Amino acid sequence: MGEHRHTATIDAGESDTFAYLCTGCPLGCRLEVDVVDGDVIEVRGFSCKKGERYGAQEHTDPRRAVSTTVWLVGGPVERLPVRAAEPVPKDAVLSLVRELHGLEVHAPVEVGQTIATDVAGTGIDVIATRAVQPKEQLPVAG
Amino acid sequence: MPVTAATRHLDDRYQVTIVGAGPAGLAAAVAAREQGAERILLVDRDAEPGGILRQCIHSGFGLQAFSEDVTGPEYAHRFVERVLERDVDVLTDAYVTDVSRDLRVKLMSPSTGVTSVETGGVVLSTGARERTRAQIRIPGERPAGVMTAGLAQKMVNLHGYLPGQRVVILGSGDIGLIMARRLILEGVEVLGVFELLPHPSGLGRNVVQCLDDFGIPLHLSTTVIDIHGHDRVERVTVAPVDEERRPLTDQAWDIPCDTVLLSVGLIPDGELARQLHLSLDQRTGGPVVTSTYETSLPGVFSAGNNLHINDLADWVSQEANVAGAAAADVALGRVRARQDVAVTPGTNVRYVVPHTLSTDLTQTVSFRVKEPIYGDTILRVGEAHRRKVRAVVPAEMVTIKLGPKVLESFAGETLRVDAIPAAAADDLAAAGDDEQ
Amino acid sequence: MGQGHVHDVVIIGGGATGATLARALSRFDLDVVLLEATAEVAFGVSKANSGIVHSAMHASPDTLKGRLEYPGNLGWRTLHEELGFGLNPVGEVLVALDDQQLTKIETIRQQGVRKGVPGTEPWTAERTLDAQPNLSREVKGAVWAPTACVFNPYEAVMLVADAARRNGVRIEVEQPVIAIDPPTPDDAGAPLVLHTPTAAWRTRFAVNAAGLFADDMAELAGVRDFTILPRKGEEYLLDKRLSGVVTSIIFPCPTPVSKGTLVNPTVDGTIMVGPTAQTVDDKYDTTTSEAGAAQVFSNARKLVPAISDRDVIAEFAGLRPVSDTEDFIVGPTERPGFINAAGIQSPGLTGAPALADMLVDILADEGLALTEKADWDPTAPHPVKFAQLSTDQQRDLAARDPRYAQLVCRCEIVTEAEIRDALERGAHTLDGLKFRTRAGMGRCQGGFCTWPCMQLLAEHLDVPITEVTKRGRGTWLIREREDQPVATTSTGG
Repeated sequence: MGEHRHTATIDAGESDTFAYLCTGCPLGCRLEVDVVDGDVIEVRGFSCKKGERYGAQEHTDPRRAVSTTVWLVGGPVERLPVRAAEPVPKDAVLSLVRELHGLEVHAPVEVGQTIATDVAGTGIDVIATRAVQPKEQLPVAG
Repeated sequence: MPVTAATRHLDDRYQVTIVGAGPAGLAAAVAAREQGAERILLVDRDAEPGGILRQCIHSGFGLQAFSEDVTGPEYAHRFVERVLERDVDVLTDAYVTDVSRDLRVKLMSPSTGVTSVETGGVVLSTGARERTRAQIRIPGERPAGVMTAGLAQKMVNLHGYLPGQRVVILGSGDIGLIMARRLILEGVEVLGVFELLPHPSGLGRNVVQCLDDFGIPLHLSTTVIDIHGHDRVERVTVAPVDEERRPLTDQAWDIPCDTVLLSVGLIPDGELARQLHLSLDQRTGGPVVTSTYETSLPGVFSAGNNLHINDLADWVSQEANVAGAAAADVALGRVRARQDVAVTPGTNVRYVVPHTLSTDLTQTVSFRVKEPIYGDTILRVGEAHRRKVRAVVPAEMVTIKLGPKVLESFAGETLRVDAIPAAAADDLAAAGDDEQ
Repeated sequence: MGQGHVHDVVIIGGGATGATLARALSRFDLDVVLLEATAEVAFGVSKANSGIVHSAMHASPDTLKGRLEYPGNLGWRTLHEELGFGLNPVGEVLVALDDQQLTKIETIRQQGVRKGVPGTEPWTAERTLDAQPNLSREVKGAVWAPTACVFNPYEAVMLVADAARRNGVRIEVEQPVIAIDPPTPDDAGAPLVLHTPTAAWRTRFAVNAAGLFADDMAELAGVRDFTILPRKGEEYLLDKRLSGVVTSIIFPCPTPVSKGTLVNPTVDGTIMVGPTAQTVDDKYDTTTSEAGAAQVFSNARKLVPAISDRDVIAEFAGLRPVSDTEDFIVGPTERPGFINAAGIQSPGLTGAPALADMLVDILADEGLALTEKADWDPTAPHPVKFAQLSTDQQRDLAARDPRYAQLVCRCEIVTEAEIRDALERGAHTLDGLKFRTRAGMGRCQGGFCTWPCMQLLAEHLDVPITEVTKRGRGTWLIREREDQPVATTSTGG
């Protein structure tokens, strides 16, 4: 996974400044987050409180909604859409999705049904986002 | 609780017939029922309802409709449940080939054959189609491996196949951005997103979370000028463009790849609108409508991407709520609201929907700006409404609610919708020359 | 391939020339094989052109192509009746924009009269604009030629090849001829041996109908005395919105190298504009270009000002196999049994049925015995075009077979039953289906129907869907995911 576009100044012991683009609204504020020893000291460039919080969060613990698909047997299509039940640390997104590769789920499926637990050591479960009806004759698992 | 239903025996007559069971059609069906229509037919060409939501597995849906961030399939599921609870006839694997001007709907499906039903009101909720290579006129060879981002999304998310291994994406529309991330997560190399315009076409959130997060380069003011490969795509030539969007061929470079995904915009799917000779708005590509989304043919309504391209399914559902309820009103013989105020795009506004407003109703005016304004912006609807927002960008539709009180003194008038920098608006106001 | 088996005729090339010859030979008791290098018949020169059966007044009667033009025109009409491909006799309006051109087009008309082309008329400007109100007001007059038709050449060629197949001709695709054994001096009556990558084909006669590659085939046979110079033509298809902007084929007054840029209705109701005429070196160069488009639309707008490149829904380029003699090269060669049908440029498509008859005569002259089959069937079941049927006809069909009520292509209204019929007739690529049924040719250019077409192809060919191609070897469409199922989550039920 790529690094954020940060514009860090490499003065050890001094404050580093990281840049983020706020995604809260169309304004797209260019946030600057000052950090000393890993602690956010100041967020600049925001236009609202949400932006300020976003800047701090994006630096200290960026998280993402994650969705993907897994194999589906006995459904109208070949893939079952799933998502992480809660936001995933940005750095764990790729490993979480990759760990689901190869996974196969058999119909029937309910929306919200847990498909996998504690995926990639994140402690986060993955749940189905669509329902699949039982077929009158389920194909034999292969 | 079943989430799909295929109706096998159709009535001869329905109060409301809805063409397309995506986010618009599903919401319209629920609204028509709530408004008192009893016999409602919802037709969809796919094997199950949900439309494009079925393949939009990402989140970002439902913040307006459910005050909750859900994925496309979940959003569809909630609406499908509501539809089925309300005893709507849902006919899948079916296609409406024609609607006559006296509202006979001709349709075909393997379970019903070729047949037609009478209906009191029709809602066109057929969504949009993607612009293709021909429409953006990319010259070059015609190898396999050039496809729209939406088709690739369907293959990846519904069927579990990959469009290729080394992908270039032309256009920074939301589907293209979302597919960039999707393909990276599935182990496909995404070499870059190329956007002709100086700003992204998709939402800022998607630029950050789909491209920046994965180090996928976004090349603005740059486009694909040639596609090479006799059998399968082998490489593309890309070049920056000047201010008139002409390629600077001396700065062109080649990118080896096997796939080109196109995310270069959506067009309202207007087959039925054209067949019915509805008045069309050249700017939106969709029908001209009243504030209840009734088209120029009484009894025929249009909502969602069939009317104009929305960036959120939630807006689509809100439009369809109005259209579905109004279609039920017409079918039940209720009196229509007056349409006594016209709206028209003014400064920096590409289009406005609807085209007329009613002093009887509270209604939503939706519009899109031409150029982004990053900073305080004044939105005006003639003299009737004035509001300051932080910024406007073409990628995000703007909506304004206007009620009878605001509109009552403007009956018979045409209101211009403007989106201008606050500073400029102040200057104009100071000069006492607010009109052009 | 039995080493000893000798075919009577191997036709090299499944374009208009090869397919009409195959069909003409199919009425006789012969062992005929058609070898097509690409994935489907009609995928070469015949696929990408203006799709016109010419009025037959344009080419000089002093040339072979000029002499074959009118009989070919009549031949296509007969084939249309027998096989049911679309063909619409819309006629031609040859337009003059100044007095000099008025003289020129009348000369062309007189040439047509000498060739026996019936029904041509000189038209005044008023008469012309009355018939075609969207033509430029600059029009000075025109020549009307009712014999001109529009058709889909690929559809026609595919159905002609299918008719040949039904009457016993073997059609082999993806069989490019890559070598021809040299003559053996000690055995003068020995058959020709043609090699493709996977087989050897022994035959008494070989007909070189290889289009752009006819000079290469002659070279392989050791009798090359001509060169094919590909001449590229770019074509632009416009949205159905413009349907009716012209109702006949609009020709400008021709130049020495080309008939010029035409504006014509297609048999499917779209409008086509083109072609360009540019000699190129590369026999695979089917690129379109900014310059080509600019030229086509600038020329077209001189005739029909309402035409705009904003309405383009598809563009393509085709190559015409022009020989360095500028005429057809037809007849026996120094190599016994090796017969040329080369340099078949415009109006070669028009002339093809007549050329086929001529080739049959040549083969007979060369010693091929022609015995008519008792059971030869000149007709074949006409493909259903659901979109063009009345509602009652559609209802009846769907009641008999629900697959006629399952839509596959929504832009062109193509049903599953039509797709399956095309598969039965030999379609085995996505483009093959598209050219036979129009699925994928409409406004959305396959956005909706690509997947169901691929599924039906995979099912019919009994292959994994990843092996379905756009147009044969190398034109793969999708890849398999790398991950195979590794775990099963039992979810009850």
